[in-house]
Amino acid sequence: MKFILKTVCISALLFTANSAHAQSTPNEEVLKAEQQRIATIERASAATVAVFDAAGQGGGSAVIISSDGFALTNFHVTAPCGAAMKCGLPDGNVYDAVIVGIDPVGDVGLIQLLGRDDFPHAELGDSETVAVGDWVFVAGNPFLLADDFQPSISYGIVSGVRRYQYPAGTLLEYSESIQTDAAINPGNSGGPLFDAQGKLIGINGRGSFEKRGRVNVGVGYAISINQIKRFLSHLKSGRIVDHASLGAIVSTSEDGRVLVDDILETCDAFRRGLRYGDEVVRFADRRITSTNALKNALGVYPRDWIVSLTYRRDGETFDTSVRLMGLHDESQLVDLIQREAEHPSEPSPGELPQPKGEEKPKPVPKLAPAISKKPKLPKAVAERFTHRRGYANYWYNRQHQQEIWNRYRAIHALEDVGPNWNIQGRLTDEREFTIELSDQEASIRLPYGQSGATFRGDLAAQLSPPGSGGLLLTLHLWQRFLDKGLRQFGEVVYLGQLPLGSGEEPVECLVGTYGGMETRFLFSPTTGDLVGIDLFSGDAVDPCSLRFSDYGDLDGRRLPRHWHVFHGDQLFAEWQVDQWKFE
Amino acid sequence: MICEIYKLLRCNRRMLAHCVRFHIASCVLFTFLAANATWGANLQQTIREAQAKVVKIYGAGGLRGMEAYQTGILISPSGDVLTALSYVLDTDDLTVILDDGRKWQAELLGSDPARELAVLHLAVEEQSLNYFDLQEAVEVEVGQRVLALSNLYGIATGEEPVSVLQGVVTAEAPLDARRGSERSRYRDSVYILDVVANNPGAAGGALVDWQGRLVGVLGKELRSRMTGTWLNYALPAKDLAQVVDDIKAGKELQQVVGERVAAEESLSAESLGFQLVPDVLPRTPPYIDSVRPDSPADRAGLRTDDLIVFVDREPIASCKAFHRAFGFREFDELVSLSILRDGALLEFHLQAEEVQAVVDDEGEAGTGP
Repeated sequence: MKFILKTVCISALLFTANSAHAQSTPNEEVLKAEQQRIATIERASAATVAVFDAAGQGGGSAVIISSDGFALTNFHVTAPCGAAMKCGLPDGNVYDAVIVGIDPVGDVGLIQLLGRDDFPHAELGDSETVAVGDWVFVAGNPFLLADDFQPSISYGIVSGVRRYQYPAGTLLEYSESIQTDAAINPGNSGGPLFDAQGKLIGINGRGSFEKRGRVNVGVGYAISINQIKRFLSHLKSGRIVDHASLGAIVSTSEDGRVLVDDILETCDAFRRGLRYGDEVVRFADRRITSTNALKNALGVYPRDWIVSLTYRRDGETFDTSVRLMGLHDESQLVDLIQREAEHPSEPSPGELPQPKGEEKPKPVPKLAPAISKKPKLPKAVAERFTHRRGYANYWYNRQHQQEIWNRYRAIHALEDVGPNWNIQGRLTDEREFTIELSDQEASIRLPYGQSGATFRGDLAAQLSPPGSGGLLLTLHLWQRFLDKGLRQFGEVVYLGQLPLGSGEEPVECLVGTYGGMETRFLFSPTTGDLVGIDLFSGDAVDPCSLRFSDYGDLDGRRLPRHWHVFHGDQLFAEWQVDQWKFE
Repeated sequence: MICEIYKLLRCNRRMLAHCVRFHIASCVLFTFLAANATWGANLQQTIREAQAKVVKIYGAGGLRGMEAYQTGILISPSGDVLTALSYVLDTDDLTVILDDGRKWQAELLGSDPARELAVLHLAVEEQSLNYFDLQEAVEVEVGQRVLALSNLYGIATGEEPVSVLQGVVTAEAPLDARRGSERSRYRDSVYILDVVANNPGAAGGALVDWQGRLVGVLGKELRSRMTGTWLNYALPAKDLAQVVDDIKAGKELQQVVGERVAAEESLSAESLGFQLVPDVLPRTPPYIDSVRPDSPADRAGLRTDDLIVFVDREPIASCKAFHRAFGFREFDELVSLSILRDGALLEFHLQAEEVQAVVDDEGEAGTGP
């Protein structure tokens, strides 16, 4: 001890000596850089949230991403909270927050802070450009240290990119995550990882701990923001969001090729030609060199996303794009979450545990948290929460359905179109076509033939004209949607945004279920126009896909004048509409 | 923070000098921080180049607490790899994977048990591998920024490059550490780091400066003998060229580092000159893992892979029982060990020899030079 004191004294003396010395005065550049960093951290801190459950216990971190209070966190932070949580901001205020959507597989939760429309928020970065060696910093509430909600900051570098973390327990799986040596500790869960410019590049959620106890050992993982961007609209839909599966099992062969071991005959990849024994070469613009590489590339997409796929067979290479299927079926996912809520598993290796209050020094036995205690929801939360099986919060789904629907009806003046449509136009070779539609039946006259459909009884049998996958039925369901609206069409769900093809801009997707078939109505998020309809007449068949463009005036209404009709990846027809009559 | 470092390490005369250097270096450090923006691109490039010289090694292990992987560095264009000497290498099926996914079966050329280093060889066809030239390894000052590259926790697989962590050299000091209850063999000077570099799987990784020059080799997981905290350290690389030459030449290297040990109160395997296998099972059979040459155990005729069955006629069934039995005996007591070797029961009588302890200014037993 004596020695230590001595050293401290000497150190103090040296410090004084140093600061007096001209050589040690940092130059302007240095001071400027330091000021910049302080400003960046201050700006980023303002959007960093300390999350507690409704009783003010437990906790984790989050980050606000828009002025209306939407904030990203981990699913494992929101899970014990139920519908409502309390959120502390660095301004010292505590806000009510409501659960919006969850992605249990990706460990992401979306919440909304309530009570303001001018929340400070983080700017989203591009995690694709993040490289090993980049400076980054972590903000959050490790060990629940901050009573005044000023986040703790730790600084470090990116240690690895595109790291794959095996599923922990039943659900969690981290794909293409960012590995950093900036300290991530219990309580940092759900908090932001910023780049040196203060842009949000990831959500912290895991660490490698193993035998050294549950504190930072120089290895933390963040879910990349680009993955979250794809899921964001799905999370905003209030649903329990699922990840994607290719529908095929692959393994790495002796010579290092990734081969299909097994494939579901019902999946889209099978319909696009992928078979047992084929070599997977590229997936979603990533070269696939191992089974892990495929899992990694796959894990960052929501189900139903469309990605490019390149495979090789007998020396021949095939390029296609596939619509990804779900990793779980819906009820399976709900059951897993339910089970997790009733019997939460111990935080598995790697998952950041929730720090407990000081009065609980030991790991506490889990006492059925969310289920037994059902505190009354705060008023602001109750106004924005609707419980429904399969949803985190159905209120948000209804909200989006209405927004999209109202906008569509308003800009297109389609309130009173009635059931009788007459559409005429020209194919690309200038030959003419005519479609006649009534509420009971429809017919189409093409230069190469005529066909019709009736809409009584089994709709799934009415897939004419042949090769279209059900063009007339699709038009009928469109008409029904306009006529009956959100409430009476059948069950309607807002899915989120999905791309129309691989690499294309995502569009808003409303799914209507009627007659045992799923119809997807796709809307441009910018114009509100209906840009496409997909009719899935069965689980294992290609949809009939209509794609609309060249919106303009027809019969005094704003309507699409250029149509493509696809069945799977086959173009059935392309035409220009000249005349569209509603009677 | 300075105090903490001192607590971690044995205090000794060299500390004062470190202290002075530390402060000077901390001024240098500020300049580094300011230059981050311009350094960014260079740093990424430096790291990418260094990652290409660090390999992932897979071998024996897999039991709880004994990872079957570690790290190594390429030290020649023709496939020589320097790594930590450990149980991972104790197999005929040793796989080395480069950062571009290329994979080789490695051959163990030799080892230095004192430094716990080993040299492997990959049968590469072209002499075109990226490598660290040990002749060009540099020394760093306390306070200097460094990067630790390793496959800690086995995070990287296949063609993934190893992980990189950044930190500062906080001290250069003799290693005073233990593994379990055994004292580490290497006692010479190491770089102590402020970054959690020595994680499972990190041993054999590279410590480089910001120009990507080799500074040290990350050591195995060790705890401080004084505080029990996990140490983060690297063996300085500057002397390793000769060590590697000696290993490749097949020289006996056991004597390289001073063998003086501090006085122990009770009898220990170490004081007799042998080590048991790592105690990883509820009842790990007390096999002898290694015997130090020219030690009492060596002279008495004990060998690696001998199984100890009796200590002074008392049956011994596990490593724990062995340590317990020894714990009751005085340091200089004569002890008889019954050994099972190739089906035969052999008896040996051993006694520890006088050890020369070095006492430093603070009056504590410490280590030389």
